[in-house]
Amino acid sequence: MPNGALPVLDVQGLKTVFKTRGGEVHAVNDVSFNLKAGELLGVVGESGSGKSVTMMSLLGLLPMPPAEIRAGRVMFDGQDLLKVSAEELRKVRGGKIGFIFQDPMTSLNPVFSVGYQIAEPLRKHMGMSKKEAAARSQELLELVGIPDAERRLDDYPHQFSGGMRQRVMIAIALACDPQVLIADEPTTALDVTIQAQILELMQELREKLGMAVIWITHDLGVIAGIADRVMVMYGGQVVEHAPVQELFSNPQHPYTAALLKTIPSISGKRAARLTVIEGQPPLVVGAPTSCPFRERCAKAMPVCAVKVPTRYEIGAGHDTACLLADPLEVANAG
Amino acid sequence: MLTFTLRRLLMSIPTLLFIAFVIFMLLELAPGDPMSQMPLTIPPEVKEKMRLALGLGEPWWVRFPLWLKQFFIVEPQYWWDAAFGTNFADGAQRIISFQSRSPVFDTIAQRLPQTLWVVGMSYIVGVLIALPIGIISAYKQYSVFDQTGTFVSMIGFSVPPFFSGVLLIVIFSVQLKWLPSIYDTTHVVTNWDTFIFQLKQMIMPVMVLALQTTAQVSRYMRASMLDNLTQDYVRTARAKGMTESVVVMKHVLRNSMIPVVTVIALGIPSIFGGAIITEQIFKVNGLGQLLIIALQGNDIPMVMTITFLLAVLIVLMNLIADILYGVLDPRIRYD
Repeated sequence: MPNGALPVLDVQGLKTVFKTRGGEVHAVNDVSFNLKAGELLGVVGESGSGKSVTMMSLLGLLPMPPAEIRAGRVMFDGQDLLKVSAEELRKVRGGKIGFIFQDPMTSLNPVFSVGYQIAEPLRKHMGMSKKEAAARSQELLELVGIPDAERRLDDYPHQFSGGMRQRVMIAIALACDPQVLIADEPTTALDVTIQAQILELMQELREKLGMAVIWITHDLGVIAGIADRVMVMYGGQVVEHAPVQELFSNPQHPYTAALLKTIPSISGKRAARLTVIEGQPPLVVGAPTSCPFRERCAKAMPVCAVKVPTRYEIGAGHDTACLLADPLEVANAG
Repeated sequence: MLTFTLRRLLMSIPTLLFIAFVIFMLLELAPGDPMSQMPLTIPPEVKEKMRLALGLGEPWWVRFPLWLKQFFIVEPQYWWDAAFGTNFADGAQRIISFQSRSPVFDTIAQRLPQTLWVVGMSYIVGVLIALPIGIISAYKQYSVFDQTGTFVSMIGFSVPPFFSGVLLIVIFSVQLKWLPSIYDTTHVVTNWDTFIFQLKQMIMPVMVLALQTTAQVSRYMRASMLDNLTQDYVRTARAKGMTESVVVMKHVLRNSMIPVVTVIALGIPSIFGGAIITEQIFKVNGLGQLLIIALQGNDIPMVMTITFLLAVLIVLMNLIADILYGVLDPRIRYD
């Protein structure tokens, strides 16, 4: 993969909060990452770890209020997406950055034909005529492997199965040849065989079209198979970030290590019970003052309750937000 | 769709016949005597003769089929004759009002314009106001606009027209003397001034009735929009880079209209029923007033015919609502 290439997307210090009656929920805390051309960045974490909220913040897709982006910079195509006008942002959405959502059953509008829904971004972003858009829509349906594409254009979403609908969603996301594709748990709502088909399709399309992909999932197995780099999120923070091989062979954050242990194995001894991480992920109300994972962490230290870990570089392209890796704390302990 | 429509139209025939029978039997079984409003000086035996002359001596199984024949065969023949100058009816007996002794349909035709103008206009005005209010209220939920809309709807729901109508008369007719309190049916629009007068006399009854329609329809619209605004496909539309106006007025509205269209369509028959109370207050002699007077006078043919026409409209509007449903929502196809 093209290591060292210039990042197409560069996110720095993103902070998103939700204003609720119970106080401000800090859903995304100081998240930074970048995405290089053509690479696939995997984002893993439990439900509520801030994966989706982070990605939706990038494109302003969160309902505001209650959501509010407090700080950060999202550099894409020479501009900060958090600062550009609504009109400029709309040009990026669906044009240069495509988005695939989790639930294909509800993500398509039930009252418009599939062809119309694919053609919509084409007509808006590429200025195509009705005819051109219809021809391109058909091409896209063929690209994502829907048989008899020409006839299916006039069909409505309810006439498609779940896997087929997700293919349609992918076709919509790919419509305008995006540089970046954000896939928010695209296979979670699908059964395993369909999931495998979609994964294969995505791999194939990525090679064919050469776009960069952010793949959000809580399935580590999927990540191991397709990602170049992995970012592990917990409590709205990036807790570990490493190339995929490195992450699986040498996890540094106790949360990553625990996550990897939870993967059930089909070989070896039959375990009596599945491994779980005890406890619940936190709902961060107010600005964080401690490590979000400390209550569930086997290696928690007194300092974890009073200091917020930042990301410490521990190897080539590998960093972790654990105080065990904090050079200062290491020096204190030693 | 065509087969569905035809099938439904055929199915509505037995439905309507049954409704006609039920209405007829209800009127038959109800107490009351068409002669009861006659002066007491008329001797009972004369009253009895009059009763027989009205056909009331015949049993129901004679009178009901006769009414059916008059309604479905004789009356259309008269309309046809009137329109094309033919003579199909050949002097056959029409449905005659007990009170006025004139054909029921002629009276209805006289009353219909007033009702359509006032009640129909108020319905259109009400719906046209309600739809934008519902859409904006939902889009800007809990905003000042939404709160105001909720408050006005609450008033529209809870204040009966016999109160709001009288209140308007007291303010605009009695105190300010801006608007006439009585609707002049004989008024003819011939020029600009008479048109303005027509508008002036329509404003108050139209507003009183529109308030009710607005309150109801805007609530439905708002609820339906709110249901749809949080759907996943709305996020998809935004992620495709669609403008807010396309997202709301196309993607969300099209979905939200599905239940609202039914509510609007099913409300249309009530226009023809006239607004009984409002018509009384503003002295609009429309269908509502006609029905009330007919009920009070035990004018069975009139009550029967108006009520049945309403039933026909309700059945028809149900069918139209179902067809519109299928047009708006591709998931519902009837074939």
